[in-house]
Amino acid sequence: MRDFWRRFRRNKGAVVGLVILLLVVLLAATAPWLFPGSPWDMAGAPFSPPGEMGMLLGTDSLGRDVAAGIAHGARISLLVGAVSTAAALLVGVTLGAVAGYLGGIADDAVMRFTEFFQTIPSFVLAILLVAIFTPSIGSVVFAIAIVSWPPVARVVRAEFLSLRGREFVQAAEVLGKSRLSIVLTDILPNALSPIVVLSSLMVASAILLESALSFLGLGDPNLMTWGFLIGSGRSVIRLAWWMSVFPGIAIFLTVLALNLVGEGLSDALNPRLARQRGGAA
Amino acid sequence: MEASKLPGFLLRRGVKAAIVVLAIVICNFLLVHAAPGDPASVIAGQSGAADAVFLEQLRRQFGLDQPLYVQLWIYLKSVLSLDLGFSHRQQAPVAQLVLERLPATLLLTGAAFAFALAAGVTLGALAAQRVGRWADSVITVIALTFYATPLFWVGLMLVLVFSVWLEWLPSFGMSSVGVEMHGLEVVWDVAQHLLLPALTLGLFYLAVYARLTRATMLEVADQDFVKTARAKGVPEGRILRAHVLRNALLPVITFAGIQAGQLLGGSILVETVFAWPGIGRLAFEALLARDYPVLLGVFFCTSVMVVLFNLLTDMLYAIIDPRVEVAG
Repeated sequence: MRDFWRRFRRNKGAVVGLVILLLVVLLAATAPWLFPGSPWDMAGAPFSPPGEMGMLLGTDSLGRDVAAGIAHGARISLLVGAVSTAAALLVGVTLGAVAGYLGGIADDAVMRFTEFFQTIPSFVLAILLVAIFTPSIGSVVFAIAIVSWPPVARVVRAEFLSLRGREFVQAAEVLGKSRLSIVLTDILPNALSPIVVLSSLMVASAILLESALSFLGLGDPNLMTWGFLIGSGRSVIRLAWWMSVFPGIAIFLTVLALNLVGEGLSDALNPRLARQRGGAA
Repeated sequence: MEASKLPGFLLRRGVKAAIVVLAIVICNFLLVHAAPGDPASVIAGQSGAADAVFLEQLRRQFGLDQPLYVQLWIYLKSVLSLDLGFSHRQQAPVAQLVLERLPATLLLTGAAFAFALAAGVTLGALAAQRVGRWADSVITVIALTFYATPLFWVGLMLVLVFSVWLEWLPSFGMSSVGVEMHGLEVVWDVAQHLLLPALTLGLFYLAVYARLTRATMLEVADQDFVKTARAKGVPEGRILRAHVLRNALLPVITFAGIQAGQLLGGSILVETVFAWPGIGRLAFEALLARDYPVLLGVFFCTSVMVVLFNLLTDMLYAIIDPRVEVAG
């Protein structure tokens, strides 16, 4: 564990990313105290520029505080990112494990299924899913999970394919362990590091996807989100640039932080790969 | 590839593409039926608001009182005869609505793709040549930035800077309204309107292609045939162009094929931001009106376009690179 931290720390970008990420989490956690009351309530005069009328980041067309919207939106972004990634991992790991461990027809069928999902335009499918199941936080999470599991299935399948022939797996088979317990206790723990790296990138893209959906008006109508803030600022960008600029910066910083942390995790979990890359760059 | 194996290869790919298209139709069908409430009201595109006589007519037309497999058969037949349904909001067949908007989307995605490929490959090649120097750092920063920035926000920021503050470029639509223009003036006008949306859509892929080109070029530069060329005394510039870059481009082309779907998805956002009159804008309008037949039609058409594009890159690739596995 200490080794892991030492290697992670060597990647300066990853440390910066981790700090930004912790700040965003802190903002999300303290939003109800920093900005008490609903972010939908009027807080000042409409269209106040940043810094005026005591509004740090200005107000929107209905006098709502942009800063409060960003703080409360952080909760939704992180929540949607985490939950939809967990759901996608569940689907992807299960399918990938079945394909990689069983091989044969099961492998073929799962891979065709995965390929299909990778071919169709995923964002269009996500829009369709949310529209048909009516926008709510549940349908958004569901749609994001549906379009983001295929890379997980591929990675897990590849890991399982290479691990299932190893001696320790054969030993477990000879000992008469059940297939399910071999998969869960012998193979999966050894396949964890690529899954961990992938999931930090998946949270990042889930946050981007959620913001795009709520920008198009497909967010949960009862929840304040970053994409909604930008979407509502779009038509008045000539009057109030701050309405769309600041929430965008919030998305950018959060997603950037997650990507940087992902690179750091990759370095820390695959030291051999990191050294190779260091040599080539 | 041997010429005799090519037809079989193309046939197999064609069959595979047809199966994918079929699966997409079934996917659409299942979505209509998975929707909460009455499938007829989904087809009507007017959840809960359509009149009873009309819904009854739809139920008969789509056989909604019959078993599911009969309904699927009716649906398949109509889609495969290119009947994508009827938009009662716009009072027009969905296929016609989509076809009208198709050229604008193709222009936008084509321009964005060409820009991303040209600039990305150039930057990536520069970076591979000067490993660890400025071009290298520049593409790393560009890549990190555009991986993390929402597409629609990049578009809005470009509008803010180039249309609102500098007033250099138009921010809205595909051509100027109410101005009489001829010949080249029209082209120039559309090009001005195209610049910002194409840039927005292209910047993300620029970063992707630059990274990919850099990585594959570094890999190829290490291989024996490059060392041989160098040992023969081939000039360094020619080695780069004829030996390294040409081989490094193959994975970039494959990747471009895989990304076609994402490019089309991204164009929904970009067309929404810039009011570009393409399929994406159509999807956004359909979304606001909850016009499900149009949304399903857009999903079907963009998916078919991706399948066709993948088929095209497969063929191109098989012809360019003789090592491609025929069975694949």
